[in-house]
Amino acid sequence: MPGKANRKRAGSHAFLQGYVPSEGVPDELFDFGGEMRPGWSGLIEHLASQKADQLERSFARGRQYLRDAGVFFRQYGAGDQGVRDWPLSPVPVVLTDMEWAEISAGLIQRADLLEAVAADIYGDNSLVAQGRIPAGLVAGNPEWLRPMVGVRPASGHFLHFVAFEIGRRPDGRWWVLGDRTQAPSGAGYALENRVASMRSFSGYYRNANVVRLASFFRAFRDGLNALKQDPSGRVGILSPGPMTDTYYEHAYIARYLGMMLLEGEDLTVESGRLMVRTVSGLQPVSVLWRRLDSVWVDPLELDESSRLGTPGLLTAVRNGNVTMINALGTGVLESRAFLAFLPRLSEVLLGAPLRMPNVATWWCGGADERAHVAGHADRMMIGPANSIRLPLEPGEDTALGGAAAQRKGRDVAAWLEAEGDRLIGQDQVTLSTTPAWFEGRLVPRPMSIRVFLARTEDGWQVMPGGYARLAAEQDPSAVSIRQGGSVADVWVVSDKPVAADTMLHHSTETFVRSLPGILPSRAADNLFWLGRYVERAEGTMRLVRAYNGRIDETPAGGSPLMDSLKEFLEDRDVDVEEGLPRHLVRTLSSAVNSASHIRDRFSVDAWASLTDLQRTLAKMSPKVVPGDDAAAAMGVLLRKITGFSGLVNDNMYRFTGWRFLTLGRSIERALAMASLLSVFADRDAREGGFDLCVEVGDSVMSHRRRYSVTTSRETVIDLLALDHLNPRSIAYHVDEIRNQISLLPGAEVNGQLSGLSRSALKLYSDLTLHTPQTLDGEALGRILQDIYTLTGDVAGTYLS
Amino acid sequence: MRYDITLTMTYSYDSPAAGVRQLAHLLPLDLLDFDGAGGSGQPVPRQRLIAGRLDFDPEPAVREDRFDFFGNAISEVAFHEALDEIVIRLQARVEVNKVSAPIPATIPLDGLVAAVAACWDLGPRSPVHFIYPSPRVPFDPAIADYARGCSQPGASVAGVVEALGRRLNVDMKFDAEATTASTPISESFAQRHGVCQDFSQIMISALRSLGIPAGYVSGFLRTLPPPGKPRLEGADAMHAWVCAWCGPDTGWVEYDPTNATFAGTDHVVVAYGRDYADVAPVRGAMRIAGSHTSDQAVDVIPLTD
Repeated sequence: MPGKANRKRAGSHAFLQGYVPSEGVPDELFDFGGEMRPGWSGLIEHLASQKADQLERSFARGRQYLRDAGVFFRQYGAGDQGVRDWPLSPVPVVLTDMEWAEISAGLIQRADLLEAVAADIYGDNSLVAQGRIPAGLVAGNPEWLRPMVGVRPASGHFLHFVAFEIGRRPDGRWWVLGDRTQAPSGAGYALENRVASMRSFSGYYRNANVVRLASFFRAFRDGLNALKQDPSGRVGILSPGPMTDTYYEHAYIARYLGMMLLEGEDLTVESGRLMVRTVSGLQPVSVLWRRLDSVWVDPLELDESSRLGTPGLLTAVRNGNVTMINALGTGVLESRAFLAFLPRLSEVLLGAPLRMPNVATWWCGGADERAHVAGHADRMMIGPANSIRLPLEPGEDTALGGAAAQRKGRDVAAWLEAEGDRLIGQDQVTLSTTPAWFEGRLVPRPMSIRVFLARTEDGWQVMPGGYARLAAEQDPSAVSIRQGGSVADVWVVSDKPVAADTMLHHSTETFVRSLPGILPSRAADNLFWLGRYVERAEGTMRLVRAYNGRIDETPAGGSPLMDSLKEFLEDRDVDVEEGLPRHLVRTLSSAVNSASHIRDRFSVDAWASLTDLQRTLAKMSPKVVPGDDAAAAMGVLLRKITGFSGLVNDNMYRFTGWRFLTLGRSIERALAMASLLSVFADRDAREGGFDLCVEVGDSVMSHRRRYSVTTSRETVIDLLALDHLNPRSIAYHVDEIRNQISLLPGAEVNGQLSGLSRSALKLYSDLTLHTPQTLDGEALGRILQDIYTLTGDVAGTYLS
Repeated sequence: MRYDITLTMTYSYDSPAAGVRQLAHLLPLDLLDFDGAGGSGQPVPRQRLIAGRLDFDPEPAVREDRFDFFGNAISEVAFHEALDEIVIRLQARVEVNKVSAPIPATIPLDGLVAAVAACWDLGPRSPVHFIYPSPRVPFDPAIADYARGCSQPGASVAGVVEALGRRLNVDMKFDAEATTASTPISESFAQRHGVCQDFSQIMISALRSLGIPAGYVSGFLRTLPPPGKPRLEGADAMHAWVCAWCGPDTGWVEYDPTNATFAGTDHVVVAYGRDYADVAPVRGAMRIAGSHTSDQAVDVIPLTD
């Protein structure tokens, strides 16, 4: 072992100066003897071989990747509802494959143990009857769902995807800090961390024998597909929606695994089966990987205040038609009071002690345990038994020596005596430290690792590596990214070359094998409205620019055209006294809101472009004044919004989702142009109205080229209403509407056109048969009405 | 005592309600395994459902009748078409037998914690379900203070239940207009007013704060018309009271704080739960643009033998 030499060499590196682990605290880089632990030397040598500025540039690449990908962390509370950058520490935690194998074996055993416990407490409850678990531990836990008692999961298993938070104890062994059996998050972030660390260590990573992550996800995905009892059934991911702090990950995983991203309102239960509402009608769902807590999934039988759930879902589960990942009610196992019983339960249920211990925990409902906790209160964290808080996540309700009770003026012993069955004591935990990059050098930071296990057709698989959480300070009092800490990639390294599994950069190519799947109606609705809002915003920008560009040349008393335009804008809630109308801000927020629900469906760049537009708008908003200034600002915004439209149109797969986006856009544009022409190109239009139409219709050049005369009602109507080749004309978009509708599911029924297809065709024909002479304000009004009716029919047919 | 019970609940929707799904706890329970005679002579069941049916109009597309965790009869229905109105009708004939006065509690209040801890049982009637906070009955410090003021040192558990129920009955004002089905107990307690649901849930919170397992009983109550007046048809209502566990020997007793009495032959049990949320007569979910109104008419008619 070249350990000593390494230490000596490593010690000479500038970035290791001052890397001094705390006394008595194990460190991931150096063992107690000061020798570098196996696996690290290559990485340290790589760091040493780079100049400081090279390293900073490499790490910046990783950070840039995360920013571009839109990885964020949503922060709650304290008046800061915003999102913050994903706090990735660039230097990974390195573990050898041999150590990892031992960790894996311990956690697989634990997953099996938890499965057995779940089966018992939702089965015949023999563990309680035999006195192995106190009845109150189960009955008093709000995650023990009485409606699920006696219900066997359709798959035969309660647990399919679990996570464990582990840390290294002072004696060097690993222990479990907490179990995550409800809907563990972080696997998607682990993937993104990996992509970022590949960027940061490009060149080195490829030959560093780091075990790849992709096969874990592939096996899990295949495992989920194998659970389908009905070949036509779908696999979906159930998310609480964009307001949840891990929504980014839900969208990312859905895109990565090629699964539908669903929210509660996408689903309905019909004849006892779980169905997803899609643009092709109701389709069965066989497997649901839920990313929300059980109590929210069904307002009829569980939390009645839930707006996230699907009424009747529990009935579908009881009927055995759908497999929940994980089974509803498995969150009960996350309660830290179980840590007090699992060591014994392992002996009882598996006939063997735990291979990896968990943090020593005492449930204070028993007299002996109470006495022990009271007697050692000075080194015990004491707090609520049902909490799922990890030992190192600080909280008001849990503190050393019962300080939480003392703060409220209560005596610890009396507290334990009175509420023992609701309290636990837990040994205070010290974690190992790992190198974190801080201002050009490495510093030791306490860390824990979240390890993910997935049930596959070949049993449990452990994600090789994962997701480490690092404390903000060397003092190991808090490991929480909400408290300013950071996260790091975890590398499992082999001394032999590893299979170079393709780990694609957030694309779906490895996994998608067929055409895009069915489109949930809600996703279609959001795409449709995204199309409409973006187009509406663009239209408003053009009108506002036209108005502001004319202010300077308008006589003091105003002009009929300007009055008319002002009124036209006011009818659309646009206040021309505002340089940058609030209406525009609202419309764009609506667009962002629609887009946020379907982030799994369009490109990262398009999302970045849309949010960039929103930021620009916010920045301009207080400064812009009416007149030339506002006109110029609109020019800037128009260029940005066309950038977004371009990205969407260039990148989106031409399938059903894109059709709804396009429909929304074309409907909005046709409506806007028809109403503009009905006012400003009518027979009694104000002077200057024709030129205004051509300008707002962005067709000045086309007009000049096609008609060698000045604008007249006929030329304007011809170009902006009837010309099929002009992408600004009503005819162009009515044609597009007709075309898209004809390609939607159900456009033909038994070889005959559907009602909707007929209406679209009729609208198209009606318009086409007009001439500039016949298409007056009144006729345009009728066309406008027909488009509205058609829009209602599209929504009624596909979007609800 | 035998009763014929009829109930009609009407839900009217301003605009057609789509995807309506309802869960009803309305059919009275068969309580065959509860010894109503208190151990003397031939045991008779506390309550027997002689006949009963629950109908929905229009006919639901899917209907499933089953028993919930606590052994209550529930009917889950789903409608495919959008509805303007749903009418639920219950007809039931029930026999209710006299319950003996509670056995004098063999354990005092301070022995109850150990008795609950000795329950290695998660069956539906186990007291462990009823000692912890539940969705509608959280721990409430004000109610806990109030409860402490009602318990005498060394008092028997059943004695505490009765004393607390009487005290609440005196301190709380019955006011059908003051609260709704979703008013939190902290609010109705602060105002000291409410209906049977508020009385019961406040009492449950108080009992639990003293370490007494307590649950919610939903049911029907026979009401007597004022002297000399005829019974008004449909004037009865669904009712709620409290069950409390008084130790392994006494078991469960039922107390009606709204009327300051132990439940007797006037009380017909529909469902037991931890609080209202477990046994709400009808829980529903739907997609609807407007609002809805509901109306109920109940008759509890004693049959003369």
